[in-house]
Amino acid sequence: MISTTDQFPPTSKPSESVNGVTVRLAGDSGDGMQLLGSQLTNTSALSGNDVATFPDFPAEIRAPRGTRAGVSGFQVQFSAEEIFTPGDGLDALIAMNPAALVTNIEDLKPGGILIVNSDSFAEKDLKLAKLDTNPLDSDKLESYRLIQVPMSKLTRTAVEETKISTKLADRCKNFFAMGLVFWLYGRDVEPTLRFIEAKFRGKEDVSNANRLALKAGWNYGETTEDFASTYQVPAAQLEPGTYRNIMGNQALALGLVAASKLSDKKLFLGSYPITPASDVLHELSKFKRFGVRTFQAEDEIAAVCSAIGAAFGGSMAVTTSSGPGIALKGEGIGLGLILELPFIVIDIQRGGPSTGLPTKTEQSDLLMVMHGRNGESPLPIISASSPADCFAVAIEAWRIATKFMTPVIILSDGYIANGAEPWKMPAVEELPSIEIGHPVADGTPFEPYRRNDDLARPWAVPGTPGLMHRVGGLEKEDGSGNVSYDPQNHQHMVKTRAQKVQNVANVIDDLEVDGAESGLLVLSWGGTLGACRTAARMCAQQGKSVGHAHLRWLNPFPKNLGEILDRYDQVLIPELNTGQLRLLIKSEFSVNVEGFNKVQGKPFAVSEVTEKINSMLT
Amino acid sequence: MSTELPVLKPADFASDQDVRWCPGCGDYSILAQMKKVLPELSIPLEETVFISGIGCSSRFPYYMNTYGMHSIHGRAPAFATGLKSTRPELSVWVITGDGDALSIGGNHLMHAIRRNIDINIVLFNNSIYGLTKGQYSPTSKVGHVTKSTPLGSIDHPLNPISVALAAEATFVARSIDVNAKHLIKTLTRAAQHKGTSFVEVYQNCNVFNDGAWDYMKDKATKADNVLELENGKPMVFGNGEKGIRLNGFTPEIVALKDVPVDDLLFHDESCPDPQLAFLLSRLKHPHFPEPIGVFRSVERPTYDDEINRQVANATENQGEGQLSDLLSSGDTWTVE
Repeated sequence: MISTTDQFPPTSKPSESVNGVTVRLAGDSGDGMQLLGSQLTNTSALSGNDVATFPDFPAEIRAPRGTRAGVSGFQVQFSAEEIFTPGDGLDALIAMNPAALVTNIEDLKPGGILIVNSDSFAEKDLKLAKLDTNPLDSDKLESYRLIQVPMSKLTRTAVEETKISTKLADRCKNFFAMGLVFWLYGRDVEPTLRFIEAKFRGKEDVSNANRLALKAGWNYGETTEDFASTYQVPAAQLEPGTYRNIMGNQALALGLVAASKLSDKKLFLGSYPITPASDVLHELSKFKRFGVRTFQAEDEIAAVCSAIGAAFGGSMAVTTSSGPGIALKGEGIGLGLILELPFIVIDIQRGGPSTGLPTKTEQSDLLMVMHGRNGESPLPIISASSPADCFAVAIEAWRIATKFMTPVIILSDGYIANGAEPWKMPAVEELPSIEIGHPVADGTPFEPYRRNDDLARPWAVPGTPGLMHRVGGLEKEDGSGNVSYDPQNHQHMVKTRAQKVQNVANVIDDLEVDGAESGLLVLSWGGTLGACRTAARMCAQQGKSVGHAHLRWLNPFPKNLGEILDRYDQVLIPELNTGQLRLLIKSEFSVNVEGFNKVQGKPFAVSEVTEKINSMLT
Repeated sequence: MSTELPVLKPADFASDQDVRWCPGCGDYSILAQMKKVLPELSIPLEETVFISGIGCSSRFPYYMNTYGMHSIHGRAPAFATGLKSTRPELSVWVITGDGDALSIGGNHLMHAIRRNIDINIVLFNNSIYGLTKGQYSPTSKVGHVTKSTPLGSIDHPLNPISVALAAEATFVARSIDVNAKHLIKTLTRAAQHKGTSFVEVYQNCNVFNDGAWDYMKDKATKADNVLELENGKPMVFGNGEKGIRLNGFTPEIVALKDVPVDDLLFHDESCPDPQLAFLLSRLKHPHFPEPIGVFRSVERPTYDDEINRQVANATENQGEGQLSDLLSSGDTWTVE
């Protein structure tokens, strides 16, 4: 469904059909690689491919130009088949400078296409990348299809008519690269033209220059003899429905707003900026007409405390952060737990400890959200498995928080947060409403900690006549809620709060297994779903007895988990940490589990997981 | 609505909980005066919320028959901000102490004040940590010997009024726990102010820092040590015999027998610039009488009004967001 415009006629070159392509765009962090990548992703999704992305950028906003530290990358796989990951080996690498080339070339498959901006390989560029010789002259690149394009010069010439400065002209070269890539993969340029028009509204010369650069890149592909043909990736057979491309943090924001609408509650977000969670704050701050109030607090602690204040007032309250912020929020979350108020705490995990690797992904906060509070303080924990899944996770978290009157923790990670995939949007009528009741005075003395069958207490909100009551962080008598130092009562309350969290297992889905019912079970959680599912299926296709189960709730576990674990001879838990789920599983079930643990700030490659599975089966 | 609000009495604001401050604590008086102030505000019990942090003063909400939250140390302003932003119709009070507000909670105090969220913050200043049994606080004087400073405190103290003014406060006042009449007047003014009201109350801890404010209370000394601020009035104290005059930027004490009243400094609580209020906040015993009353009272948009106004405007301009709009936003495509 490629529709072209007058400026961009269909290619006159032959076209080769391929099933899927993995492309990485790499350049300086100021080169606009993330923008290029997201445009390629959106366009590919719009043309019906399944897509998965992996943006990878440095923590520095503008690391020294041309250095290896400043390289920003964006990987996208688009496919005619259902895919779960952004791909392992690259079919094509676009390197805008020597640093981008040398730091990414290892991932390019032999025979892969390597497009470089040859204008940025001068002596000074090589020096910045700490290279003694020009890699373009080395025979190490012989195994690739190297295509050298003088992008800077060609872009300057292309935008000459707009009379913009050379500096601005040079900033258009990512659109030149985009034009070339779009040509190579037969992508529709219309959505990007619309994007340019909207993004640069009011700056007509820049808008025009970017358009011209895009066109020049496309034309370059059409005329250069370096490319004999283009590639076409047919549309994937996705389930019928209406789709949009969505990133994890966007989906979280949409899910939170949807949950507030489904429960007829005003949404309040208390948040403090932190990578990689800030985009949830940005997204939600746009949704004011949906009744969303966002509060950028003075710190992480104020963020969670303001959310608890809003929850006390009867709003749907949320706080978002990443590991360092969640650590700071610990005392506040503990208060929310003993107050037994519903709200959502979102941890978009990143590499730790401490400041760690802010822009890189990791799954190393599981034990912190499970155990990282003073006292006996269990909370329900749900994890998102993919960018689109964040939508459903947000709704489910709010449903559980209000049903059981408890804070609920959502775990996402940097890989999910910034990754994108097509999302089949649910029909409004498919989303069940979330029923929430608030008590009113009935003449009897009000007991704020009188519990229902789920062990949830009533959510009486200020403003309700006759139900005035005080809550606080001190231990309280069950029922009356009065401060109590009674030893038996304390033990009873600790048990009750724990049982309440266990009761969540009564209403969550059973764990499902994909693949073999015996043999080896791959058990995963969070953002590793794609790599683990793909790897397990690949092994199963080779006739191996491999099943895969993916945990959504980490606390409590689904009721059938023990029974499933018992069925297998071997259990493999791949995690982007040193074995945190493994520890929890071993402490609850007497099964032998093997870990596969990677802490490099990067997601699993499918090949890494298949190798591990195969090594356990020989 | 023709229904008349029930007339509330101080006793209606008392909860069923026994008050457990030490006998003789200044908190008793503040609690008693608060119960007299609230009925006069014509706000129903259920629309009043007290939020506190941790410390002796922070037990306050348990003793009020309103909604209340005894939260965590130093964070009460943050809870109040979340509540007031989403429920602007409620009357929200923050009860805090010198350690709670100025030490562990300094950041939240400062930011609540500069946002001018419409809450009333009452800081019970006894210059000591009482609940943890007697360590020096951020308002303790240099040299103060306590359990944690056996050789005397070497920390320079904070001045709560100066801190509030530096944080862009729109309402700043000071009163004294046992000066019932003045405290009632001051708390009433604080409640009536739209925006963050900050009230420092000199409060006696008779166990760990007894007599800290005696110079402000004793019959023999208070006339010379208390300057009661009255808007538009000259700064007179010492039974009408002394006054404060400005010499350049420097205040000085003058005898009224030598200086006409018109030469004195006149109080202007609504002055847009906070310089006068700041100057007054620096008047400290024993060199000067210490002012009580309203230092500053000015109008500025409140955070709760603004956050709700943005929502209301967006809703009016773009229409109320529906789930269906939400789900169809962005570029979409259909798979048949």
